[in-house]
Amino acid sequence: MSFRFLALALATVVMSAPAVARDYISIAGSSTVFPFATIIAEKLGQNPAVKTPVVESGGSSVGKKGVCDGIGTQFIDIGNASSRMKAKELKYCDKNGVALTEIKVGYDGIVLANSKDAPLLQISRSDLGKALTAEVPDEAGQNWIPNPYKKWSELNPAYPDVAIRVYGPPTTSGTRASFAEIINEKSYCGKDEVAKALSLARDDKNGKKCRAMRTDGAYIEAGEQDNLIVQKLAEDPTAFGIFGFSYLDQNSDSIQGSELDGVAPTFEAIGTGEYKASRALYFYVKHAHIGVVPGISEYMTEWTKHWGDDGILADAGMIPMSKAERKEMMDRMNDLPVLKKGDLK
Amino acid sequence: MIDSNTSGALTPEETAIRVAATLKRRGFSERRFRYLGVGAITLALCFLVFLFAGILSKGIPGMFQHYVTLEVMLDKERMDPKGDMSVGSLYSGDAVSLVGEALLRTLGDPEGRKDKRAARSILSSGSALRLTEFALKHPELIGQRVPVKLAVDDDIDSFMRGFISRDTPESDRRLSDRTIEFVDVLNQASLISYEFSDYLFLGSASRNAEIAGIKGALMGSIWTLGVCLLIAFPLGVATAVYLEEIAPKNRMTEIIEININNLAAVPSVVFGIMGLAIFIIAFGLPRSIPLVGGIVLALMTLPTIIISSRASIRAVPPSIRDAALAIGASKMQTILHHVIPPALPGMLTGTIIGMAQALGETAPLLMIGMVAFIVDVPGGVVEPATALPVQIFMWADFAERMFIQKTSAAIIVLLAFLITMNAGAIILRKKLERRWL
Repeated sequence: MSFRFLALALATVVMSAPAVARDYISIAGSSTVFPFATIIAEKLGQNPAVKTPVVESGGSSVGKKGVCDGIGTQFIDIGNASSRMKAKELKYCDKNGVALTEIKVGYDGIVLANSKDAPLLQISRSDLGKALTAEVPDEAGQNWIPNPYKKWSELNPAYPDVAIRVYGPPTTSGTRASFAEIINEKSYCGKDEVAKALSLARDDKNGKKCRAMRTDGAYIEAGEQDNLIVQKLAEDPTAFGIFGFSYLDQNSDSIQGSELDGVAPTFEAIGTGEYKASRALYFYVKHAHIGVVPGISEYMTEWTKHWGDDGILADAGMIPMSKAERKEMMDRMNDLPVLKKGDLK
Repeated sequence: MIDSNTSGALTPEETAIRVAATLKRRGFSERRFRYLGVGAITLALCFLVFLFAGILSKGIPGMFQHYVTLEVMLDKERMDPKGDMSVGSLYSGDAVSLVGEALLRTLGDPEGRKDKRAARSILSSGSALRLTEFALKHPELIGQRVPVKLAVDDDIDSFMRGFISRDTPESDRRLSDRTIEFVDVLNQASLISYEFSDYLFLGSASRNAEIAGIKGALMGSIWTLGVCLLIAFPLGVATAVYLEEIAPKNRMTEIIEININNLAAVPSVVFGIMGLAIFIIAFGLPRSIPLVGGIVLALMTLPTIIISSRASIRAVPPSIRDAALAIGASKMQTILHHVIPPALPGMLTGTIIGMAQALGETAPLLMIGMVAFIVDVPGGVVEPATALPVQIFMWADFAERMFIQKTSAAIIVLLAFLITMNAGAIILRKKLERRWL
């Protein structure tokens, strides 16, 4: 009896394999792009001519690697990413014979925020990096020592006299990677004289080693659930949190975004680039699937309808691109230039 | 042999004294044991009460939402430009502005772009879709002005619930002062009602909290569990019967037994990785479909079913088998007629518990693409689908505040589903149970 069932089950699987051709777009990638991609997917699905795309989350690396895994309907069609593809990642695509086009869709700000019950923090990016990076130079500027700062006021007496406690995303997150790159690496180890000199001395010209976050309890990994961080901040006025701008936008009555170098994280300041802690959001389209899986070009067009200054994506907290950039991206959607190594400089 | 070094046996008096001395201590330790037990149960009950109070207090409001009733002119030409009442024609129609006009008229035709924008933000972005659905359902009303009930935007809903305060400065609020004035106007005309949410059960996944529902996820769970049951139950029972009744007791069966027990302890995400490697990459099945999800969950629940089925087969007294064989039944007749029927309640209980476990799983589904935003309600096992716990997990992470209540409401539905399944298991067991005297 068992053999008959086993055979039946196997037969079902094998027979259905060729019969099932995917007629909906499959998208995966960055959890930062996810909320915006789902809005577009839902809008596209209201058109009865196209099936609603399936959007998976999972992180930028899942999107960039997944889209390069190969050609065929068992692989995803579009990969979302909140950090640009690297030469190494593109190499993996080339190895699998996958040609891609890169489309930028907008920007997202990374904010440091705390409860409205506490005073607003105005901090320089360099000091923020100094507060959160794992190792800093010692007083003589000779050696790297584990970060000794316990309170914000130890960095600068103007900062509040409370313990440094920052809730933020874990290592799998693109938000974390961008924060470490923009704040720890570029603003602190790349700018601060002592740290820069010492980085050079340890053969780390760009300060990449500064990307490591503190593990002594000052930086607390709170999982990929940004809502959880927001709730924690509301309960504990001395704590800070790091997350995407849309969560600040949705909770602007209970939390406030700290000013970095005198610039508050507002919609306008992020859009103009005045607020420095921001990154671009991308998706990568696989050429071989356009025309095979129906709806891919419609999906791209759907973005162009909503990514403007008054669009629904802006309402959801995505920062729109400039008009010129939008035009450039629309051209890309038509011409579909293949992403090459030289473009990633 | 107490105090064997003292001379002679103890007198009854001495024994009584000794026993009396230890009695107090024994009584105390017994009471302590009992109190510890009571304490543990009380603590567990407290957690349960805490959990349920939390979920119910948030979830029950999540089952309701605010609606606004507007007099909408169902203009034939603008709603249905092709004039054939087809879905495509209605989609290309201009239901959006019909709804917008109805709202503006109710609010006394405010002038200016900013005011109009403030007014439009009251309505859910799903309103146009609602209107076309309404027109499809009531084609006889086309051309008339009829009251239509539309959901309000999630921010307005949060405001009506008091989560967004009027006293917060306008710049920190997601609603402008003008929008609040308009809401007050509608409220005074008692056009806003607080009702049971029809979107929650009939709506599918959406990024607009006010029109998001669990229908897609519920159907996905049902399809996935269906596939899971069809594969896991026959396979599990057949394996159990073979191992208990037919297989020779040798080294080989022992190894199989150990491995089945080990399989029960494998973390569920491993099954997902295997499903990805075998069914999606090797067999080329599409991602995100209940067929693959069901197979993966079936592999996960198999050990549970096999172990409980074997236990219930073993509980059938050997005398029953001996009696059947003695009157000339074949081995197969014995098994089919005399072993499986009395063992069935135990098997079914195990299966339902396994299914309940599968219902709550998200980890194995992650790998095969079922943890995804999927809007279309699945109509079969090869259409993309997600599952209830996945929907809950995703809603919990969305930034919009109304999703907090929706999440709790979905948790209540999931719990209700689980309780129903477990109750089914209990009823089946009570009904089919046979006592051996």
